[in-house]
Amino acid sequence: MFSWQRGVIIGISVLFLSAVAYGQEISKEQIKGLDEQVQEVKSDVLSIAAELNQLEEKLLYPSNTQVAVFVSLANGETFRLDSVEIQLDGEPVAYHLYTFKELEALRKGGVQHIYTGNVRSGGHDLQVLVLGKNAGGADFKKSGRFTFDKDVGPKFVEISLAGKDITMNDR
Amino acid sequence: MKRLIVSLTILIFSTPSASAGPSAPKELRDLHFGEALYCAYQGDWFDAISRLDTELMQHYGVDEPERDTLHYHVGEAKFDVGDFELAYRMHRRAGRAYTAVIEGNVEEPVRNEAIFRLARLYFQKDQPVNAEDAVESIRGDVPPEIRNDLDFLRAQIHMANGRYPDAVRILRGLKDAKGLQGFATYNLGIALIKDGKELDGRQVLDRTGQISGVDDVTLAIKDKANLVLGFKLLKEKDFEGAKLVLDRVRLNGPFSNRALLASGWAAASQGRFERALVPWSIVVTREVTDASVQEAMLAVPYAYGKLNVNSKAAVMYDSALEKFDTEVDKLGASIKSIREGNFLRALTREELKQDPDWVVKLRNLPQTPETYYLLDLMASHDFQESLKNYLDLEQLRTKLYSWEKDLDAFEDIIAQRRAYYGPLLPVIDREFRRLDSQMRLRLEQRDRIEQRLTAMLVVPRPDYLATAEERVIGERIALLERKLTTGGTAVPDEVDARINRLRGVLHWNVYTEYDSRFTEAYKDLRDLNREVDLLKRQYTAFVRTRQAATQSYEGYDDVIRRLRSTIGKAREKVGQLMARQGQMLETMAVNELNARRDRLAKFQTKASFSMADSYDRATRAQIKEKEKGE
Repeated sequence: MFSWQRGVIIGISVLFLSAVAYGQEISKEQIKGLDEQVQEVKSDVLSIAAELNQLEEKLLYPSNTQVAVFVSLANGETFRLDSVEIQLDGEPVAYHLYTFKELEALRKGGVQHIYTGNVRSGGHDLQVLVLGKNAGGADFKKSGRFTFDKDVGPKFVEISLAGKDITMNDR
Repeated sequence: MKRLIVSLTILIFSTPSASAGPSAPKELRDLHFGEALYCAYQGDWFDAISRLDTELMQHYGVDEPERDTLHYHVGEAKFDVGDFELAYRMHRRAGRAYTAVIEGNVEEPVRNEAIFRLARLYFQKDQPVNAEDAVESIRGDVPPEIRNDLDFLRAQIHMANGRYPDAVRILRGLKDAKGLQGFATYNLGIALIKDGKELDGRQVLDRTGQISGVDDVTLAIKDKANLVLGFKLLKEKDFEGAKLVLDRVRLNGPFSNRALLASGWAAASQGRFERALVPWSIVVTREVTDASVQEAMLAVPYAYGKLNVNSKAAVMYDSALEKFDTEVDKLGASIKSIREGNFLRALTREELKQDPDWVVKLRNLPQTPETYYLLDLMASHDFQESLKNYLDLEQLRTKLYSWEKDLDAFEDIIAQRRAYYGPLLPVIDREFRRLDSQMRLRLEQRDRIEQRLTAMLVVPRPDYLATAEERVIGERIALLERKLTTGGTAVPDEVDARINRLRGVLHWNVYTEYDSRFTEAYKDLRDLNREVDLLKRQYTAFVRTRQAATQSYEGYDDVIRRLRSTIGKAREKVGQLMARQGQMLETMAVNELNARRDRLAKFQTKASFSMADSYDRATRAQIKEKEKGE
């Protein structure tokens, strides 16, 4: 019986090694070789993505009409952002409901590219509606109305959200 | 065992510094850089790299990069792209990105940080010698925020290269380093043991097993230290010491089942079976697929047998046997299910990706293998990397498929634009050419006027500023004179005087009003310039719009054809790699399940024999009891 006991103890050690047991059939070299090929194909697909991005921009959003709207959170904001709606010249063009991950990304300083579209040169009206909860858990609703001028080059508009107000940075 | 401990250490402790994500700049000047960070913060590495690559490419492509908004973040962006690539497991590209920073014209701290990241990459890719060469090349100022991480990495590299005394020296200095609490001492313990300083090493591990802290990472490292030390003592037959250390492992931590089982064995090895039953009775009620639980199912009746409670032991062996039979059947079904491709299909289910406990949730899906048996395997580095690659390939496959559809849509858009603009543009062009020639003529006239006015500033020419009426009158006077002198007849004095008077009036007006007329002419020219500017703007807008109309459908055919072909090839390659990677994952899973099934088969045999033995003993004991009674 003691030999069985010893066998079981050895069994515990074998358990620690079980994760590498398959190594007898799949070598490290095989794993490494395949991993390198996966890296290569990732690189190929990233190049395709870059070319497609350029094509898409040229074809769908040429610079003379392109307008892009970005959303950011002001530094240190703790309110819970639920959704953002963007209206351009009175037309709703973007609506986004935020997941926890997206909200965290905004809190860390990331900027969301919420809308890309085309407008004529000249003045335009931008309306932003924000729904969320403040630090105390109460619902809040805020809106902001802005204007921007579109000229020959692409237009980038940043909407910065804070608990107190919404601001627009025209770039 | 020691080697395993070191490799487990390295596996665990390379994580904290490697997982440190990018930090946002204090003032974000480039929205697209912010967008790349937004993707990165969500772990969407493909989009993060794609966006940052595009942004960096455009930055280097502009004539004056210092006027580009990325200029303010370019240093961070270069690092971040390497970090994103590393997170996306593109180690080669990440290495190139860091090397580019190292070889660039950068300040010493920046260069040193890049070397640190490159060394960490080498270390993660199991190239400790290259990693050592890299860290040895660090000279001068190191950014304060990475100093501890760099030292810790140095220690890890030394350990991997067998330079334990050097590792010990560094780790001693990191014992109280912020963020490395427990990590440094655990590694120090291992390094000391590897360096032959067994007693010192054990003491350090012992202290690590008792450090204070409530966060998950600290608690996990405490458990780990206790488990490692406990197994070491158990192996060396210091059963009392082993039990003491193993009992420190939390009852609800990831190592608790192993610790409880081993704690029971420590007691049993001292012949204290009642004491052994305490931890074993806890572990035996837990998830039946766990290897320690299965072993405890044999250990508990074994203890009862030793305590001469043979009937209970026999019943428990019987129960264990029944459960082992069920589990062996389940494992067989799981292996079959994996071979039928259900495992891979389950791994790529979209809803699972949203759930952090997706591996566990797999168990609840119909027709999925017994994934609890795979939890240990799934926690292993090779399986994790292979699985991540498989999921990345699946993501690439989806992207490539959707991009092919995008190209179809683009071609459709182009065809519609061509159909719309094609017939319109020749008519517009004709009208444009007519207006263009008129415009050119008017512009030439305006230029002549300007030249003349400029010349008149130097040489006044009042006659140039005569009004149209004055010109007509002047011509009529001249005509009258010619008529009067036709045929050589003399003009009567009275008429001649009147003509001279008229010419005099005309001359008087032109010369006396010259200054005001000249000023007026300049004002008119200014007004004209405004009109010309407006005209030119309209002209430019028209040319641009006209050009945009053509560019909206011309010149895309080759690009789209080439992209379609590239996407097709990439899809084919991704498909092949997915098949190979999937096969590798299935083999790993099947091997693991086979190993567990073989182990259970041995347990079945042991349980059968032990059950029979226990029944015999119980029967003999009953007979003895009876005989005593008679």
